Amino acid sequence: MNWIYTPWPWYVSGPMIAFIMFLLLMVGKNFGMSANLRTICTICGADKKVDFFKFDWKSQKWNLIVVLGAVIGGYIGSHFLTTDMAVAITPAVVNDLNELGFNSAGASYLPTELFETNSLLNLKTILILAIGGVLVGFGTRYAGGCTSGHAISGLSDLQLPSLIAIIGFFIGGLVMIHFIFPLIF
Amino acid sequence: MRSLIYLFIGILFGITMFKSEAASWFRIYEMFKFESFHMYGIIGSALVIGIIITQSIKKFNIKSFYGEKINFNPKAKSFSRYMFGGIIFGLGWALVGACPGPMFTLIGVGYLPILIVIAGSMVGTLLYGLLKDKLPH
Repeated sequence: MNWIYTPWPWYVSGPMIAFIMFLLLMVGKNFGMSANLRTICTICGADKKVDFFKFDWKSQKWNLIVVLGAVIGGYIGSHFLTTDMAVAITPAVVNDLNELGFNSAGASYLPTELFETNSLLNLKTILILAIGGVLVGFGTRYAGGCTSGHAISGLSDLQLPSLIAIIGFFIGGLVMIHFIFPLIF
Repeated sequence: MRSLIYLFIGILFGITMFKSEAASWFRIYEMFKFESFHMYGIIGSALVIGIIITQSIKKFNIKSFYGEKINFNPKAKSFSRYMFGGIIFGLGWALVGACPGPMFTLIGVGYLPILIVIAGSMVGTLLYGLLKDKLPH
């Protein structure tokens, strides 16, 4: 039973994601996580000022329950199904990250330099996390979907817009890591 | 009852995001460095099976568990919104190493700073709502 505690290989993870999309389709819903950010904005009252948020958020209640499940799943996965949290990334990438100042590379699940609770005392870290979040929220709504909505649901439906969006995801990601990371880390 | 089904699907999704390491900042960095097949294998295999599932549902007119027609939402035709929106999302995805699903999974894992990312992403969504009519779509 030791295999259950080890990270899942891609050929287990990928089919599981497709299975989750299948389950959602079979209960009459569509797989797309970023829509929840809009729903939460509406619940917080954004619909009073901005038309984009005027919609019946109760029609998205199911998706909020999925997100609640995703939180619980993270707890179960990390507390009951994992003994060693370290992510075994390629040694070349570990070296690379060490040079950028990420000494936790290869030894933890997330870089402690950004995600340990006491990193909240560091203004630069807070700014990085906040700006990154703004880019994700803005970009995903502008593009009409994120990894689940475009890369999985949209491409499975052979939607050209989703292919354009994914090319965009990669251009943005490559620019960030190859050109902007050396400037900020 | 249906709420419990959604919760179950969400839990399955959260466990998958965590155990696949798709919720790890390191895996996203490694992917954009083209140094490992892991993330490409995940997205690629999900996609191949996803295409088979979606196209089968359409071709054979498969009904949902409740006997209803399964609807797909075709995306509106455009280039600029998908390209520009995609680039902005990609910049953020690589910086914080989490997209809108795994973000929530990481709360469950116990990483408190991810709450700043989530707050930021709500601000970003709000900004889009405010600027929507001024942007090329």
